[in-house]
Amino acid sequence: MPRGATVALLGPNGAGKSTTIDMLLGLLEPDRGGVSIFGRSPAEAIAAGAVGAMLQTGALIRDLSVRELLAMMASLYPAPLAVQEALALTGADAFAEQRTHKLSGGQTQRVRFAVALVSDPELLVLDEPTVAMDVESRHAFWVTMRGFAARGRTILFATHYLEEADAYADRAVLMASGRIVADGPTTEIKAMVGSRTIRATLPGVAVEVLERLPGVSSAERRGEAITLSCADSDAAVRALLAEHPGARDIEIVAAGLEAAFLALTAEPAP
Amino acid sequence: MIALTYMRFELLRTLRNRRFFMLSLGFPLVLYYLIAGPNHDVRNLAGTGVSAPLYYMLGLASFGTMSAMLSSGGRIAAEREVGWNRQLRITPLPARAYLAAKVLTAYVLAAISIVALYVAGATLGVSIGAGNWLAMTGLMLVGLIPLAPLGIALGHHISSDSIGPAIGGSVSLLAFLGGTWFPISGHGFLHAVAQELPSYWLVQASHVGLGGHSWPARAWIVIAVWTGVLTVIAARAYRHDTRRP
Repeated sequence: MPRGATVALLGPNGAGKSTTIDMLLGLLEPDRGGVSIFGRSPAEAIAAGAVGAMLQTGALIRDLSVRELLAMMASLYPAPLAVQEALALTGADAFAEQRTHKLSGGQTQRVRFAVALVSDPELLVLDEPTVAMDVESRHAFWVTMRGFAARGRTILFATHYLEEADAYADRAVLMASGRIVADGPTTEIKAMVGSRTIRATLPGVAVEVLERLPGVSSAERRGEAITLSCADSDAAVRALLAEHPGARDIEIVAAGLEAAFLALTAEPAP
Repeated sequence: MIALTYMRFELLRTLRNRRFFMLSLGFPLVLYYLIAGPNHDVRNLAGTGVSAPLYYMLGLASFGTMSAMLSSGGRIAAEREVGWNRQLRITPLPARAYLAAKVLTAYVLAAISIVALYVAGATLGVSIGAGNWLAMTGLMLVGLIPLAPLGIALGHHISSDSIGPAIGGSVSLLAFLGGTWFPISGHGFLHAVAQELPSYWLVQASHVGLGGHSWPARAWIVIAVWTGVLTVIAARAYRHDTRRP
């Protein structure tokens, strides 16, 4: 990962995203291989205060106000942001004097984000940061992230939303079952996993015939229902209607990320 | 400098937890008056040569301070439950400073407990010279050292839903075998076991209150061995405890 990049770690649940992040942060030892952050070991990079992270699971310790908690965390770093700035960046200043155990779920997420930012890190690591956020907080969150990236900071975030990776990262790394299955610019990844599926009711046409339609990469039949996986669904649906006017109940759906992963990671049929 | 701010907030946080504070301070006091109150004129408790109010003042102080020391385990388990220990691991906070903050907080609570018991003791007529008060307190603080790593080890090994019984059980066992409730004397098995425990020597510090014998060499060895072993266990528990909850 080059300095200054924003990279998305994309994968379904259980793909190994959090495990990768844990290894990156030195919370887990890799069984094999090594981890290096800015040419240093994770422990050294962390000791130097170069890394800020928002872990996937976690809440806040109780009996401190939000401001006190951030002051406490900021005190641990060599060159932190001003507490007020971290509060303002994350929109947590509205409830800065509240005790941490009296916050709502969304407020807690904002404070956790502020905790990651207050160190003013060179590398910001976020493990599924928007999972517990409502739409509005999610939007605000990404605006802040963009601002942070614009300051030349390196950002790695894990997500299982293709849209988030597409909208906010320069590059996406796709993981499934602990392995990297694709790695490239987000546009490329999107094209790769952005296939669509056509479903229709169409009796009496052989699967082999359907597979020869333009734009179709594979076809399946279950009773009268057919499923066409398409690289180009527009061409496929035109050809389908032209050649088989009997097709009805047509549905075109974007293949979900999960389906795309399955396709990318599927064992070739024997 | 770094860790000072951290320690300050750590302490502030603990003292703000009123319910915990009142309970941990209140129980030893109530028990002290219940046990020592009716016996306040016993001058030589069960042949120990120590008056009942003095003996039980140290007995209950050992109970209260051991609870205070092990309560760090409860705070650690609670932090682990919300994943805060992992959040701290990815800051530059050195392990040494983290552990020092836990120990310092525990000692502050223990010191408050000692003072409360001394005041209670005075109300029941415990009266000894200033030098003896100091010597007695010093020995207690030393006797508590092994409890610090024990609290940390428990906190990093046991989850928050079972830390209560773990701490309560440990304190009860140590207090019982240490002679908090009644003097353990003679040469029986119980006495042999008790002499190998730090809690026994905590209570024995009461002898110093009368200008009597200070701790024998054995006491110092027991405290040192327990401290050494428990520190190794606590350090290991801390190092391995980085997994997701």
